[in-house]
Amino acid sequence: MAKAKSISYEFFKGFWEILPPFRLVLGLCPMLAVTKYVENGLGMGIATTFVLLFSNIIISSIKSVIPKKVRIASYIVIIATFVVIVELVMQAFFYSLFEKLGIFIPLIVVNCIILGRAEAFASKNPIHLSAADGLGIGLGYTMSLFFISAIREILGAGTFFGMHIMWGSYEPFAFMIEAPGAFICLGLLLAMMNLIPNKLSGAN
Amino acid sequence: MDEEKKIPEQLEQKPVEPKPLPVKKPKPKKDPRAKLYKPSQMLIMSSSPHLSTVDSVSRIMWTVIVALIPAVGMSVYYFGWAAIFMIVTCVAAALVTEALLNKLKGEAFTIKDGSAAITGLLLALTLPPSFDLSSAIIGVVFAIAVGKHIFGGLGYNIFNPALLGRAFLQASFPVAITTWTNPRTLVDAVSTATPLGGFKFEKLTTTFMDLLYGNTGGCLGETSAIVIIAGGLFLIIKKYADWRIPVSYLGTVFIFGGIFWLLNPSDYPSPWFHLFSGGLMLGAFFMATDMVTSPITPKGAWIFGVGAGILLVVIRLFGGLPEGVMYSILLMNAVTPLINRYTRPKYFGEPRA
Repeated sequence: MAKAKSISYEFFKGFWEILPPFRLVLGLCPMLAVTKYVENGLGMGIATTFVLLFSNIIISSIKSVIPKKVRIASYIVIIATFVVIVELVMQAFFYSLFEKLGIFIPLIVVNCIILGRAEAFASKNPIHLSAADGLGIGLGYTMSLFFISAIREILGAGTFFGMHIMWGSYEPFAFMIEAPGAFICLGLLLAMMNLIPNKLSGAN
Repeated sequence: MDEEKKIPEQLEQKPVEPKPLPVKKPKPKKDPRAKLYKPSQMLIMSSSPHLSTVDSVSRIMWTVIVALIPAVGMSVYYFGWAAIFMIVTCVAAALVTEALLNKLKGEAFTIKDGSAAITGLLLALTLPPSFDLSSAIIGVVFAIAVGKHIFGGLGYNIFNPALLGRAFLQASFPVAITTWTNPRTLVDAVSTATPLGGFKFEKLTTTFMDLLYGNTGGCLGETSAIVIIAGGLFLIIKKYADWRIPVSYLGTVFIFGGIFWLLNPSDYPSPWFHLFSGGLMLGAFFMATDMVTSPITPKGAWIFGVGAGILLVVIRLFGGLPEGVMYSILLMNAVTPLINRYTRPKYFGEPRA
Protein backbone atom coordinates (compact mmCIF):
# COMPACT_ATOMS: atom_id res chain seq x y z
CA MET A 1 0.00 0.00 0.00
CA ALA A 2 2.58 2.45 1.05
CA LYS A 3 4.77 1.48 -1.85
CA ALA A 4 5.69 4.57 -3.88
CA LYS A 5 4.29 4.45 -7.41
CA SER A 6 5.71 6.33 -10.34
CA ILE A 7 3.85 8.97 -12.33
CA SER A 8 3.88 6.83 -15.46
CA TYR A 9 2.35 3.91 -13.58
CA GLU A 10 -0.45 6.08 -12.21
CA PHE A 11 -1.05 7.47 -15.67
CA PHE A 12 -1.09 4.24 -17.65
CA LYS A 13 -3.07 2.11 -15.22
CA GLY A 14 -6.19 3.90 -16.47
CA PHE A 15 -5.74 2.43 -19.92
CA TRP A 16 -5.84 -1.22 -19.07
CA GLU A 17 -5.32 -2.27 -15.48
CA ILE A 18 -8.30 -0.40 -14.02
CA LEU A 19 -9.75 0.81 -17.31
CA PRO A 20 -13.10 2.44 -16.53
CA PRO A 21 -15.80 1.36 -16.84
CA PHE A 22 -14.80 -2.15 -17.80
CA ARG A 23 -12.46 -2.86 -14.91
CA LEU A 24 -13.43 -0.10 -12.54
CA VAL A 25 -17.15 -0.69 -12.97
CA LEU A 26 -18.08 2.92 -12.26
CA GLY A 27 -19.57 5.67 -14.36
CA LEU A 28 -22.04 3.39 -16.06
CA CYS A 29 -24.92 5.86 -16.35
CA PRO A 30 -23.25 8.19 -18.86
CA MET A 31 -21.80 5.11 -20.52
CA LEU A 32 -25.29 3.78 -21.17
CA ALA A 33 -27.00 7.08 -21.83
CA VAL A 34 -24.81 9.14 -24.12
CA THR A 35 -23.06 6.58 -26.30
CA LYS A 36 -25.63 6.57 -29.09
CA TYR A 37 -23.29 8.44 -31.39
CA VAL A 38 -19.52 8.77 -31.43
CA GLU A 39 -19.71 12.54 -31.19
CA ASN A 40 -21.71 12.38 -27.97
CA GLY A 41 -19.50 9.70 -26.45
CA LEU A 42 -16.30 11.56 -27.23
CA GLY A 43 -17.66 14.86 -25.96
CA MET A 44 -18.79 13.26 -22.74
CA GLY A 45 -15.41 11.58 -22.28
CA ILE A 46 -13.45 14.80 -22.76
CA ALA A 47 -15.73 16.71 -20.40
CA THR A 48 -15.32 14.02 -17.77
CA THR A 49 -11.54 13.97 -18.23
CA PHE A 50 -11.34 17.72 -17.68
CA VAL A 51 -13.39 17.56 -14.50
CA LEU A 52 -11.51 14.52 -13.24
CA LEU A 53 -8.09 16.04 -13.81
CA PHE A 54 -8.78 19.34 -12.10
CA SER A 55 -10.87 17.99 -9.26
CA ASN A 56 -8.09 15.51 -8.50
CA ILE A 57 -5.49 18.29 -8.48
CA ILE A 58 -7.50 20.61 -6.25
CA ILE A 59 -8.59 17.92 -3.84
CA SER A 60 -5.05 16.59 -3.56
CA SER A 61 -3.65 20.04 -2.88
CA ILE A 62 -6.11 20.95 -0.12
CA LYS A 63 -6.57 17.47 1.33
CA SER A 64 -4.82 18.45 4.59
CA VAL A 65 -7.25 21.28 5.36
CA ILE A 66 -10.48 19.38 4.63
CA PRO A 67 -12.03 18.06 7.85
CA LYS A 68 -12.60 14.31 7.62
CA LYS A 69 -16.28 14.54 8.53
CA VAL A 70 -17.29 16.81 5.68
CA ARG A 71 -14.90 15.55 3.05
CA ILE A 72 -17.53 14.09 0.69
CA ALA A 73 -19.48 17.35 0.67
CA SER A 74 -16.28 19.26 0.02
CA TYR A 75 -15.38 16.99 -2.88
CA ILE A 76 -18.80 17.47 -4.38
CA VAL A 77 -18.50 21.25 -4.17
CA ILE A 78 -15.11 21.15 -5.89
CA ILE A 79 -16.33 18.76 -8.59
CA ALA A 80 -19.49 20.79 -9.15
CA THR A 81 -17.39 23.90 -9.69
CA PHE A 82 -15.56 22.27 -12.56
CA VAL A 83 -18.74 20.82 -13.99
CA VAL A 84 -20.23 24.30 -14.12
CA ILE A 85 -17.14 25.48 -15.96
CA VAL A 86 -17.51 22.65 -18.48
CA GLU A 87 -21.19 23.37 -18.88
CA LEU A 88 -20.69 27.06 -19.54
CA VAL A 89 -17.79 26.45 -21.95
CA MET A 90 -19.85 23.91 -23.88
CA GLN A 91 -22.83 26.22 -23.97
CA ALA A 92 -20.64 28.97 -25.40
CA PHE A 93 -18.56 27.07 -27.94
CA PHE A 94 -20.16 23.67 -28.64
CA TYR A 95 -23.84 24.45 -28.42
CA SER A 96 -25.06 21.57 -30.59
CA LEU A 97 -23.13 19.05 -28.51
CA PHE A 98 -24.41 20.73 -25.36
CA GLU A 99 -27.97 20.25 -26.57
CA LYS A 100 -27.39 16.60 -27.39
CA LEU A 101 -25.82 15.73 -24.06
CA GLY A 102 -28.44 17.75 -22.18
CA ILE A 103 -28.94 16.74 -18.56
CA PHE A 104 -25.91 14.45 -18.60
CA ILE A 105 -23.49 17.38 -18.41
CA PRO A 106 -24.71 18.54 -14.98
CA LEU A 107 -24.89 14.89 -13.98
CA ILE A 108 -21.11 14.58 -14.31
CA VAL A 109 -21.16 15.86 -10.71
CA VAL A 110 -22.47 12.52 -9.54
CA ASN A 111 -20.35 10.40 -11.85
CA CYS A 112 -18.97 7.78 -9.49
CA ILE A 113 -15.57 7.70 -11.18
CA ILE A 114 -14.81 11.28 -10.20
CA LEU A 115 -15.95 10.98 -6.61
CA GLY A 116 -14.35 7.55 -6.42
CA ARG A 117 -10.95 8.79 -7.56
CA ALA A 118 -11.20 11.77 -5.20
CA GLU A 119 -11.94 9.55 -2.23
CA ALA A 120 -9.70 6.63 -3.12
CA PHE A 121 -6.72 8.37 -4.65
CA ALA A 122 -6.52 12.17 -4.60
CA SER A 123 -7.22 12.44 -0.88
CA LYS A 124 -4.29 10.16 -0.09
CA ASN A 125 -1.66 11.01 -2.68
CA PRO A 126 0.50 14.00 -3.65
CA ILE A 127 -0.53 16.40 -6.38
CA HIS A 128 1.61 15.13 -9.25
CA LEU A 129 0.41 11.54 -8.79
CA SER A 130 -3.22 12.65 -8.49
CA ALA A 131 -2.94 14.64 -11.69
CA ALA A 132 -1.46 11.65 -13.51
CA ASP A 133 -4.18 9.43 -12.09
CA GLY A 134 -6.97 11.81 -13.07
CA LEU A 135 -5.66 12.30 -16.59
CA GLY A 136 -5.02 8.58 -17.13
CA ILE A 137 -8.38 7.46 -15.84
CA GLY A 138 -10.13 10.24 -17.73
CA LEU A 139 -8.46 9.35 -21.02
CA GLY A 140 -9.13 5.67 -20.44
CA TYR A 141 -12.79 6.50 -19.86
CA THR A 142 -12.86 8.62 -23.02
CA MET A 143 -11.34 5.72 -24.93
CA SER A 144 -13.99 3.32 -23.63
CA LEU A 145 -16.80 5.73 -24.41
CA PHE A 146 -15.40 6.23 -27.90
CA PHE A 147 -15.14 2.47 -28.43
CA ILE A 148 -18.65 1.60 -27.24
CA SER A 149 -20.26 4.52 -29.04
CA ALA A 150 -18.44 3.57 -32.24
CA ILE A 151 -19.85 0.05 -32.03
CA ARG A 152 -23.33 1.35 -31.33
CA GLU A 153 -23.32 4.02 -33.99
CA ILE A 154 -21.90 1.78 -36.73
CA LEU A 155 -24.31 -1.06 -36.01
CA GLY A 156 -27.28 1.01 -35.00
CA ALA A 157 -27.22 3.76 -37.57
CA GLY A 158 -24.62 2.64 -40.12
CA THR A 159 -22.67 5.85 -39.61
CA PHE A 160 -19.46 7.02 -37.96
CA PHE A 161 -19.29 10.67 -36.87
CA GLY A 162 -22.43 11.09 -38.92
CA MET A 163 -20.86 9.78 -42.14
CA HIS A 164 -22.30 6.72 -43.82
CA ILE A 165 -19.68 4.03 -43.82
CA MET A 166 -21.66 0.82 -44.28
CA TRP A 167 -22.58 -0.57 -47.68
CA GLY A 168 -25.68 0.71 -49.40
CA SER A 169 -28.10 -2.08 -48.65
CA TYR A 170 -27.05 -2.24 -45.00
CA GLU A 171 -30.09 -2.18 -42.80
CA PRO A 172 -29.13 -0.67 -39.44
CA PHE A 173 -30.23 -2.27 -36.19
CA ALA A 174 -32.20 0.45 -34.61
CA PHE A 175 -31.96 -1.78 -31.56
CA MET A 176 -28.34 -0.85 -30.90
CA ILE A 177 -29.02 2.83 -30.41
CA GLU A 178 -31.95 2.15 -28.13
CA ALA A 179 -31.46 1.73 -24.39
CA PRO A 180 -31.53 -2.11 -24.36
CA GLY A 181 -28.84 -2.14 -27.03
CA ALA A 182 -26.61 -0.15 -24.69
CA PHE A 183 -27.08 -2.65 -21.88
CA ILE A 184 -26.43 -5.66 -24.07
CA CYS A 185 -23.43 -4.04 -25.74
CA LEU A 186 -21.93 -3.13 -22.38
CA GLY A 187 -22.61 -6.59 -20.98
CA LEU A 188 -20.97 -8.35 -23.91
CA LEU A 189 -17.95 -6.04 -23.75
CA LEU A 190 -17.58 -6.66 -20.00
CA ALA A 191 -17.73 -10.39 -20.65
CA MET A 192 -15.05 -10.09 -23.31
CA MET A 193 -12.86 -7.95 -21.06
CA ASN A 194 -12.95 -10.77 -18.54
CA LEU A 195 -12.55 -13.50 -21.12
CA ILE A 196 -9.49 -12.17 -22.92
CA PRO A 197 -7.12 -11.89 -19.92
CA ASN A 198 -8.34 -15.27 -18.69
CA LYS A 199 -7.53 -16.85 -22.02
CA LEU A 200 -4.16 -15.09 -22.18
CA SER A 201 -3.11 -16.18 -18.72
CA GLY A 202 -4.28 -19.69 -19.51
CA ALA A 203 -6.64 -19.83 -16.56
CA ASN A 204 -9.77 -21.82 -17.22
CA MET B 1 5.83 -10.87 9.91
CA ASP B 2 7.61 -13.39 12.08
CA GLU B 3 4.64 -15.67 12.16
CA GLU B 4 4.31 -15.57 8.42
CA LYS B 5 7.81 -16.86 8.03
CA LYS B 6 7.29 -19.64 10.49
CA ILE B 7 4.29 -21.12 8.82
CA PRO B 8 6.00 -22.43 5.68
CA GLU B 9 8.64 -24.12 7.81
CA GLN B 10 6.02 -25.94 9.76
CA LEU B 11 4.40 -27.06 6.58
CA GLU B 12 7.59 -28.44 5.24
CA GLN B 13 7.88 -30.87 8.12
CA LYS B 14 5.99 -33.72 6.67
CA PRO B 15 4.18 -35.85 9.20
CA VAL B 16 5.36 -39.43 9.16
CA GLU B 17 2.73 -41.37 7.35
CA PRO B 18 1.78 -44.61 9.08
CA LYS B 19 2.17 -47.59 6.84
CA PRO B 20 -1.18 -48.94 5.75
CA LEU B 21 -2.00 -52.08 7.64
CA PRO B 22 -2.46 -55.13 5.49
CA VAL B 23 -6.18 -55.74 5.22
CA LYS B 24 -7.50 -59.18 4.65
CA LYS B 25 -10.10 -59.13 2.01
CA PRO B 26 -13.07 -61.32 2.89
CA LYS B 27 -13.97 -63.76 0.18
CA PRO B 28 -17.08 -62.67 -1.67
CA LYS B 29 -19.84 -64.83 -0.34
CA LYS B 30 -22.44 -66.19 -2.61
CA ASP B 31 -25.71 -64.37 -2.29
CA PRO B 32 -27.95 -66.73 -0.32
CA ARG B 33 -30.99 -65.37 -2.10
CA ALA B 34 -29.75 -66.74 -5.37
CA LYS B 35 -31.11 -70.13 -4.40
CA LEU B 36 -34.57 -68.83 -3.67
CA TYR B 37 -35.15 -66.36 -6.45
CA LYS B 38 -34.32 -66.03 -10.07
CA PRO B 39 -32.10 -63.03 -10.79
CA SER B 40 -34.99 -61.14 -12.36
CA GLN B 41 -37.12 -61.48 -9.24
CA MET B 42 -34.44 -60.32 -6.87
CA LEU B 43 -35.09 -57.24 -4.79
CA ILE B 44 -33.20 -54.22 -5.95
CA MET B 45 -31.65 -52.23 -3.16
CA SER B 46 -31.20 -48.61 -4.10
CA SER B 47 -31.96 -45.18 -2.79
CA SER B 48 -34.76 -43.04 -4.16
CA PRO B 49 -35.98 -42.14 -6.75
CA HIS B 50 -37.32 -45.55 -7.60
CA LEU B 51 -39.54 -44.62 -10.49
CA SER B 52 -38.36 -43.11 -13.70
CA THR B 53 -40.18 -41.99 -16.80
CA VAL B 54 -39.22 -42.17 -20.41
CA ASP B 55 -39.43 -38.39 -20.65
CA SER B 56 -36.21 -36.61 -21.36
CA VAL B 57 -35.36 -33.13 -22.60
CA SER B 58 -34.94 -34.32 -26.16
CA ARG B 59 -38.14 -36.38 -26.09
CA ILE B 60 -40.17 -33.40 -24.86
CA MET B 61 -38.58 -31.06 -27.35
CA TRP B 62 -39.16 -33.34 -30.32
CA THR B 63 -42.77 -33.82 -29.23
CA VAL B 64 -43.23 -30.06 -29.24
CA ILE B 65 -41.81 -29.96 -32.75
CA VAL B 66 -44.26 -32.65 -33.81
CA ALA B 67 -47.08 -30.61 -32.28
CA LEU B 68 -45.97 -27.63 -34.33
CA ILE B 69 -46.04 -29.53 -37.64
CA PRO B 70 -49.70 -28.71 -38.40
CA ALA B 71 -49.01 -25.00 -37.89
CA VAL B 72 -45.96 -25.26 -40.13
CA GLY B 73 -48.05 -27.05 -42.74
CA MET B 74 -50.71 -24.35 -42.69
CA SER B 75 -48.12 -21.60 -43.02
CA VAL B 76 -46.63 -23.36 -46.04
CA TYR B 77 -50.12 -23.77 -47.49
CA TYR B 78 -50.93 -20.10 -47.09
CA PHE B 79 -47.60 -18.47 -47.81
CA GLY B 80 -45.88 -21.00 -50.08
CA TRP B 81 -42.15 -20.91 -50.67
CA ALA B 82 -41.64 -17.84 -48.50
CA ALA B 83 -42.69 -19.88 -45.48
CA ILE B 84 -40.47 -22.82 -46.38
CA PHE B 85 -37.42 -20.61 -46.90
CA MET B 86 -38.04 -18.75 -43.68
CA ILE B 87 -38.51 -21.85 -41.55
CA VAL B 88 -35.56 -23.76 -43.02
CA THR B 89 -33.28 -20.73 -42.67
CA CYS B 90 -34.23 -20.07 -39.07
CA VAL B 91 -33.94 -23.68 -37.94
CA ALA B 92 -30.59 -24.10 -39.70
CA ALA B 93 -29.27 -20.86 -38.24
CA ALA B 94 -30.40 -21.94 -34.78
CA LEU B 95 -28.63 -25.28 -35.04
CA VAL B 96 -25.41 -23.74 -36.35
CA THR B 97 -25.40 -21.09 -33.61
CA GLU B 98 -26.04 -23.71 -30.96
CA ALA B 99 -23.17 -25.86 -32.23
CA LEU B 100 -20.78 -22.91 -32.40
CA LEU B 101 -21.61 -21.84 -28.86
CA ASN B 102 -21.26 -25.40 -27.59
CA LYS B 103 -17.84 -25.48 -29.20
CA LEU B 104 -16.93 -22.09 -27.77
CA LYS B 105 -17.99 -23.03 -24.26
CA GLY B 106 -16.28 -26.39 -24.56
CA GLU B 107 -19.34 -28.42 -23.63
CA ALA B 108 -21.09 -31.39 -25.20
CA PHE B 109 -23.08 -30.66 -28.32
CA THR B 110 -26.73 -30.07 -27.52
CA ILE B 111 -28.08 -29.86 -31.05
CA LYS B 112 -29.81 -33.19 -30.87
CA ASP B 113 -32.04 -32.30 -27.93
CA GLY B 114 -34.09 -30.18 -30.29
CA SER B 115 -34.31 -27.09 -28.09
CA ALA B 116 -32.39 -24.98 -30.58
CA ALA B 117 -34.54 -26.26 -33.42
CA ILE B 118 -37.66 -25.24 -31.49
CA THR B 119 -36.31 -21.76 -30.88
CA GLY B 120 -35.59 -21.35 -34.59
CA LEU B 121 -38.94 -22.78 -35.59
CA LEU B 122 -40.97 -20.66 -33.16
CA LEU B 123 -39.09 -17.54 -34.14
CA ALA B 124 -39.74 -18.27 -37.83
CA LEU B 125 -43.43 -18.71 -37.10
CA THR B 126 -43.62 -15.26 -35.50
CA LEU B 127 -42.11 -13.45 -38.48
CA PRO B 128 -43.99 -11.99 -41.40
CA PRO B 129 -43.54 -14.02 -44.61
CA SER B 130 -41.87 -11.20 -46.48
CA PHE B 131 -39.24 -10.65 -43.78
CA ASP B 132 -35.63 -10.41 -44.91
CA LEU B 133 -33.88 -13.75 -44.41
CA SER B 134 -30.53 -12.28 -43.34
CA SER B 135 -32.26 -10.19 -40.69
CA ALA B 136 -34.07 -13.30 -39.52
CA ILE B 137 -30.71 -15.06 -39.11
CA ILE B 138 -29.49 -12.19 -36.93
CA GLY B 139 -32.59 -12.58 -34.78
CA VAL B 140 -32.01 -16.30 -34.39
CA VAL B 141 -28.37 -15.80 -33.46
CA PHE B 142 -29.43 -13.25 -30.87
CA ALA B 143 -32.11 -15.57 -29.51
CA ILE B 144 -29.75 -18.51 -29.07
CA ALA B 145 -26.61 -16.65 -28.01
CA VAL B 146 -27.97 -13.86 -25.81
CA GLY B 147 -31.36 -15.37 -25.00
CA LYS B 148 -30.10 -18.76 -23.95
CA HIS B 149 -26.36 -19.35 -23.77
CA ILE B 150 -25.38 -16.16 -21.97
CA PHE B 151 -27.59 -17.29 -19.11
CA GLY B 152 -25.96 -20.73 -19.06
CA GLY B 153 -27.86 -22.71 -21.66
CA LEU B 154 -31.13 -24.55 -21.67
CA GLY B 155 -32.82 -24.53 -18.30
CA TYR B 156 -31.13 -21.39 -17.05
CA ASN B 157 -32.63 -18.83 -19.40
CA ILE B 158 -34.95 -16.28 -17.84
CA PHE B 159 -36.79 -15.38 -21.02
CA ASN B 160 -38.19 -17.50 -23.80
CA PRO B 161 -35.36 -17.32 -26.36
CA ALA B 162 -37.63 -17.26 -29.42
CA LEU B 163 -39.63 -14.34 -28.03
CA LEU B 164 -36.47 -12.52 -27.06
CA GLY B 165 -35.23 -12.90 -30.63
CA ARG B 166 -38.57 -11.59 -31.86
CA ALA B 167 -38.37 -8.61 -29.52
CA PHE B 168 -34.85 -7.89 -30.74
CA LEU B 169 -36.03 -7.92 -34.35
CA GLN B 170 -39.03 -5.79 -33.49
CA ALA B 171 -36.76 -3.18 -31.93
CA SER B 172 -34.21 -3.37 -34.75
CA PHE B 173 -36.41 -3.45 -37.82
CA PRO B 174 -39.73 -1.96 -36.76
CA VAL B 175 -40.87 -1.35 -40.30
CA ALA B 176 -39.88 -4.62 -41.93
CA ILE B 177 -41.44 -6.70 -39.17
CA THR B 178 -44.82 -5.07 -39.57
CA THR B 179 -45.03 -5.38 -43.35
CA TRP B 180 -47.52 -8.12 -44.07
CA THR B 181 -48.41 -9.91 -47.24
CA ASN B 182 -51.67 -11.57 -48.03
CA PRO B 183 -51.91 -15.31 -48.03
CA ARG B 184 -51.99 -16.50 -51.61
CA THR B 185 -55.61 -17.61 -51.36
CA LEU B 186 -56.65 -13.96 -51.34
CA VAL B 187 -56.32 -11.39 -54.06
CA ASP B 188 -52.66 -10.90 -54.87
CA ALA B 189 -52.21 -7.59 -53.16
CA VAL B 190 -48.67 -6.56 -52.31
CA SER B 191 -49.21 -5.87 -48.67
CA THR B 192 -52.07 -5.98 -46.28
CA ALA B 193 -52.97 -5.31 -42.70
CA THR B 194 -53.26 -7.95 -40.03
CA PRO B 195 -56.71 -8.34 -38.51
CA LEU B 196 -55.49 -6.68 -35.31
CA GLY B 197 -53.72 -3.85 -37.08
CA GLY B 198 -56.70 -3.34 -39.33
CA PHE B 199 -59.02 -3.07 -36.38
CA LYS B 200 -56.76 -0.85 -34.37
CA PHE B 201 -55.90 1.67 -37.04
CA GLU B 202 -58.78 1.47 -39.50
CA LYS B 203 -61.60 -0.25 -37.60
CA LEU B 204 -61.73 -3.08 -40.13
CA THR B 205 -63.21 -6.33 -38.96
CA THR B 206 -62.31 -9.78 -40.16
CA THR B 207 -64.78 -12.62 -40.36
CA PHE B 208 -64.58 -15.26 -37.71
CA MET B 209 -64.15 -18.16 -40.11
CA ASP B 210 -61.19 -16.48 -41.78
CA LEU B 211 -59.57 -16.05 -38.39
CA LEU B 212 -60.22 -19.65 -37.46
CA TYR B 213 -58.72 -21.10 -40.61
CA GLY B 214 -56.03 -18.49 -40.95
CA ASN B 215 -57.03 -16.90 -44.23
CA THR B 216 -55.69 -13.51 -43.12
CA GLY B 217 -52.52 -11.53 -43.23
CA GLY B 218 -50.10 -12.05 -40.40
CA CYS B 219 -47.03 -13.86 -39.23
CA LEU B 220 -46.23 -17.26 -40.65
CA GLY B 221 -47.57 -19.39 -37.87
CA GLU B 222 -50.13 -17.20 -36.20
CA THR B 223 -52.83 -16.94 -38.82
CA SER B 224 -54.54 -20.29 -38.44
CA ALA B 225 -55.94 -20.71 -34.96
CA ILE B 226 -57.44 -24.14 -35.40
CA VAL B 227 -54.25 -26.08 -36.14
CA ILE B 228 -52.41 -24.38 -33.33
CA ILE B 229 -55.16 -25.37 -30.91
CA ALA B 230 -54.88 -28.93 -32.17
CA GLY B 231 -51.13 -29.00 -31.62
CA GLY B 232 -51.52 -27.37 -28.22
CA LEU B 233 -54.14 -29.89 -27.10
CA PHE B 234 -51.80 -32.68 -28.15
CA LEU B 235 -49.09 -31.23 -25.90
CA ILE B 236 -51.51 -30.83 -23.01
CA ILE B 237 -52.72 -34.43 -23.35
CA LYS B 238 -49.11 -35.58 -23.35
CA LYS B 239 -48.69 -33.38 -20.23
CA TYR B 240 -45.75 -31.55 -21.78
CA ALA B 241 -47.60 -28.29 -21.40
CA ASP B 242 -49.34 -27.13 -18.25
CA TRP B 243 -53.05 -26.76 -19.15
CA ARG B 244 -53.50 -24.06 -16.54
CA ILE B 245 -51.41 -21.55 -18.45
CA PRO B 246 -53.30 -21.51 -21.77
CA VAL B 247 -56.65 -21.81 -19.97
CA SER B 248 -55.96 -18.90 -17.64
CA TYR B 249 -54.27 -16.83 -20.33
CA LEU B 250 -57.02 -17.27 -22.91
CA GLY B 251 -59.74 -17.06 -20.28
CA THR B 252 -58.43 -13.79 -18.93
CA VAL B 253 -58.17 -12.32 -22.40
CA PHE B 254 -61.74 -13.43 -23.13
CA ILE B 255 -63.21 -12.05 -19.91
CA PHE B 256 -61.13 -8.88 -19.64
CA GLY B 257 -61.47 -8.12 -23.36
CA GLY B 258 -65.17 -8.96 -23.12
CA ILE B 259 -65.73 -6.42 -20.37
CA PHE B 260 -64.47 -3.65 -22.60
CA TRP B 261 -66.52 -4.93 -25.50
CA LEU B 262 -69.67 -4.89 -23.38
CA LEU B 263 -68.92 -1.35 -22.26
CA ASN B 264 -68.43 -0.06 -25.77
CA PRO B 265 -68.92 -2.52 -28.65
CA SER B 266 -68.14 0.05 -31.33
CA ASP B 267 -64.67 0.95 -30.08
CA TYR B 268 -63.45 -2.37 -28.72
CA PRO B 269 -63.30 -5.69 -30.56
CA SER B 270 -65.31 -8.67 -29.41
CA PRO B 271 -63.67 -11.22 -27.12
CA TRP B 272 -63.82 -13.83 -29.89
CA PHE B 273 -61.83 -11.56 -32.12
CA HIS B 274 -59.28 -11.16 -29.31
CA LEU B 275 -58.93 -14.89 -28.94
CA PHE B 276 -58.49 -15.89 -32.55
CA SER B 277 -56.49 -13.03 -33.98
CA GLY B 278 -52.80 -12.28 -33.83
CA GLY B 279 -50.31 -14.56 -32.19
CA LEU B 280 -52.36 -15.29 -29.09
CA MET B 281 -52.98 -18.98 -29.79
CA LEU B 282 -49.36 -19.66 -30.72
CA GLY B 283 -48.18 -17.71 -27.70
CA ALA B 284 -50.60 -19.30 -25.27
CA PHE B 285 -49.97 -22.90 -26.28
CA PHE B 286 -46.33 -22.93 -27.32
CA MET B 287 -44.54 -19.95 -25.77
CA ALA B 288 -46.19 -19.23 -22.45
CA THR B 289 -46.03 -22.93 -21.60
CA ASP B 290 -42.26 -23.10 -22.06
CA MET B 291 -41.21 -25.23 -19.10
CA VAL B 292 -38.10 -23.24 -18.33
CA THR B 293 -39.61 -19.78 -18.22
CA SER B 294 -43.03 -20.40 -16.69
CA PRO B 295 -43.86 -21.01 -13.02
CA ILE B 296 -43.57 -24.56 -11.73
CA THR B 297 -46.34 -24.44 -9.15
CA PRO B 298 -50.02 -24.87 -10.14
CA LYS B 299 -50.99 -21.68 -8.36
CA GLY B 300 -48.12 -19.90 -10.06
CA ALA B 301 -49.32 -21.08 -13.46
CA TRP B 302 -52.71 -19.46 -12.84
CA ILE B 303 -51.08 -16.19 -11.78
CA PHE B 304 -48.81 -16.31 -14.83
CA GLY B 305 -51.71 -16.81 -17.24
CA VAL B 306 -53.96 -14.19 -15.68
CA GLY B 307 -51.13 -11.64 -15.56
CA ALA B 308 -50.19 -12.24 -19.18
CA GLY B 309 -53.84 -12.00 -20.22
CA ILE B 310 -54.38 -8.65 -18.51
CA LEU B 311 -51.15 -7.28 -19.97
CA LEU B 312 -52.15 -8.46 -23.43
CA VAL B 313 -55.54 -6.79 -23.41
CA VAL B 314 -54.09 -3.58 -22.03
CA ILE B 315 -51.40 -3.50 -24.73
CA ARG B 316 -53.85 -4.34 -27.51
CA LEU B 317 -56.47 -1.81 -26.51
CA PHE B 318 -54.42 1.04 -25.09
CA GLY B 319 -50.84 0.51 -26.24
CA GLY B 320 -49.13 1.82 -29.31
CA LEU B 321 -48.80 -1.61 -30.87
CA PRO B 322 -51.64 -3.66 -32.31
CA GLU B 323 -50.26 -6.88 -30.82
CA GLY B 324 -48.97 -7.58 -27.32
CA VAL B 325 -48.54 -11.34 -27.00
CA MET B 326 -44.78 -11.12 -27.15
CA TYR B 327 -44.39 -8.42 -24.53
CA SER B 328 -47.05 -9.87 -22.24
CA ILE B 329 -45.27 -13.22 -22.11
CA LEU B 330 -41.80 -11.69 -21.80
CA LEU B 331 -42.94 -9.49 -18.93
CA MET B 332 -44.46 -12.45 -17.13
CA ASN B 333 -41.25 -14.44 -17.77
CA ALA B 334 -39.44 -11.72 -15.88
CA VAL B 335 -41.60 -12.14 -12.77
CA THR B 336 -41.67 -15.93 -12.92
CA PRO B 337 -38.93 -16.39 -10.28
CA LEU B 338 -40.93 -14.14 -7.98
CA ILE B 339 -44.15 -16.07 -8.62
CA ASN B 340 -42.34 -19.32 -7.91
CA ARG B 341 -41.04 -17.98 -4.64
CA TYR B 342 -44.41 -16.79 -3.37
CA THR B 343 -46.44 -19.79 -4.47
CA ARG B 344 -44.17 -22.41 -2.98
CA PRO B 345 -46.44 -25.04 -1.46
CA LYS B 346 -46.15 -25.49 2.30
CA TYR B 347 -44.87 -28.78 3.53
CA PHE B 348 -46.89 -30.59 6.12
CA GLY B 349 -46.47 -29.14 9.57
CA GLU B 350 -44.80 -25.95 8.47
CA PRO B 351 -45.80 -23.10 10.77
CA ARG B 352 -47.78 -20.30 9.27
CA ALA B 353 -45.76 -17.25 8.42
